[in-house]
Amino acid sequence: MTPTYYLLLSALLFTIGAVGVLIRRNAIVVFMCVELMLNAVNLTLVTFARINGGLDGQVMAFFVMVVAAAEVVVGLAIIMSIFRTRRSASVDDSNLLKY
Amino acid sequence: MTVLEAAHTSLGGFLAQVTPIQAPEIDYAAILPMLIVLGAACVGVLFEAFLPRYQRWSWQVALTLLTLVGAGLALVVYLRDNPQQGVVTLAGVLSVDRPALFLWGTLLVLAFGAVLLIADRSVEPGGAFVSHAAVRPGTIQDRAQAARLGMQTEVFPLTLFALGGMMVFCASNNLLTMFIALEVLSLPLYLMCGLARRRRLLSQEAAVKYFLLGAFASAFFLYGVALLYGYANSVRLRDIAEAAAGTNRSDTLLYAGLGLLVVGLLFKASVGPFHAWTPDVYQGAPTPVTAFMAACTKVAAFGGILRVLTGAFQATSWEWRGVLWGVAIVSMIIGAVLGLTQTDIKRMIAYSSVAHAGFLLVGSIALTGEGLSGTLFYLLAYGFTTVAAFGVVSLVRTADGEATHLSQWAGLAKRSPLVAGVFTFLLLALAGIPLTSGFIGKFVVFSAALKDGMAPLVVVALLASAVAAFFYLRVVVLMYFSEPSPEGPTVSVPGSFTMVAITLGTVITFVLGVWPAFVLDWAGAGGFAFSTT
Repeated sequence: MTPTYYLLLSALLFTIGAVGVLIRRNAIVVFMCVELMLNAVNLTLVTFARINGGLDGQVMAFFVMVVAAAEVVVGLAIIMSIFRTRRSASVDDSNLLKY
Repeated sequence: MTVLEAAHTSLGGFLAQVTPIQAPEIDYAAILPMLIVLGAACVGVLFEAFLPRYQRWSWQVALTLLTLVGAGLALVVYLRDNPQQGVVTLAGVLSVDRPALFLWGTLLVLAFGAVLLIADRSVEPGGAFVSHAAVRPGTIQDRAQAARLGMQTEVFPLTLFALGGMMVFCASNNLLTMFIALEVLSLPLYLMCGLARRRRLLSQEAAVKYFLLGAFASAFFLYGVALLYGYANSVRLRDIAEAAAGTNRSDTLLYAGLGLLVVGLLFKASVGPFHAWTPDVYQGAPTPVTAFMAACTKVAAFGGILRVLTGAFQATSWEWRGVLWGVAIVSMIIGAVLGLTQTDIKRMIAYSSVAHAGFLLVGSIALTGEGLSGTLFYLLAYGFTTVAAFGVVSLVRTADGEATHLSQWAGLAKRSPLVAGVFTFLLLALAGIPLTSGFIGKFVVFSAALKDGMAPLVVVALLASAVAAFFYLRVVVLMYFSEPSPEGPTVSVPGSFTMVAITLGTVITFVLGVWPAFVLDWAGAGGFAFSTT
């Protein structure tokens, strides 16, 4: 099986994540879609490491995982605080700031 | 032969086969300013853990200000001892060259002003930050905490972490390091946006919007990095440039990677069509945080854009330049036209920052020595004007917080001629009137763009400046030629912190307007260094 299929799969996952961010309403789901995008990138990195025959891509995937974990901590804290205030995690309800 | 000896021999045999990894050379003197900032941020976290609540504020303020001064001194000492082009250290990952040192100096001084605004407790009793972020807005406990004098002092270490990230960001020669730095600078900013003492709903909403859009943009940045890694088998800027200079590799990977990478960078710099978060976040965040974000993030983001475009994509500039022309034009037009319709002063400055980002992009895509030094100068000048402007915005208040609606600013000159005078001067600097730093900044950037053959872009930029000048002057007219309403806002007398921050910004805006040669020389002292040896 050629590694190119993995690149296509990761591009597909990235697109699903990006579309999810744009169309989903719940802040948690939007955030999970961002995580899906980051993991699609990990798949790309690992595949390119395989194609190019180096280890850099695999090491980079670890860095991305650490960053994603840190982002979860900050992101869930922010989403929790707004959920406690509004009793809703819908991004459509956060509409005080506009124009 | 005992078991131990056997184990020893086999271990020795194993070690003999392993080639030792050469530890990279680290030039500690060069990266000392960055180490001081990041180290002090960790110390600040320890202060939060071990000091009693009532002592934290004074310790944190002292630590933060001393850190900025110390890092600045380390920078000056390094500059004095090393007049040459600069060094590439940490195995080629960080490059402490002249532009990086200029950006570091700019960031440190701007952060000093912003930290003074953050630490101020005279304008708003207790400071602009919430005393318990976990208390739900609108409850009895929330009213109690609004009256209490404490604040979440975590803001100070968060500021230092963000600053450390910015310093790494504009010095990194490696896209992975750049991504990590991008996150280190962004994550603290997301949190700081949500910590306002008053109007907490707006503040939390700003934090959520900034976080979701910021994470979305950094995913794009990262996918760009991954595709460029696939293209060049390396994430070093120099390697990507060499790979792009002449090969038969897939151009699709190169241009898709470049596009995604640049989208992430332009988002952080709040340029053009990627500006959607800017007005909301600038309006909702506590004003000192807005000042920090508007000045320092822009400096770091454009430092990164300049470095990436010069370092990795100079050879392919014919392919992408047209696209960035379009982006710059869109950014200038959006900033200037939408700025006209704003009724909130913070939102208006946010749209002005989108327009300024367009002007900065004009200088960044020139890719000449003049373009580089002009953009660096513009960043410094714009940063100081913005910090001072937000300092003034924090002074004009009603009983329930800052009076940011423009109608409340009517007749301000009759109540407080000095504040209105200073704000008028700052608005004229943003508009680019002569005798202010804004004029010199625009002049050097546009003349660099003209020399590089971008005359149509300069014409659009001049038109956009003219349109933008209209909405700055509208505020001036409102302050001087309208009658103040009886229940209008009061102008607080600033304490020493805010006073110093506003004075610093205003004086530098004026000095750079009449005597820019010194800073222009410094900005033009040398180009980027990318060598990986």
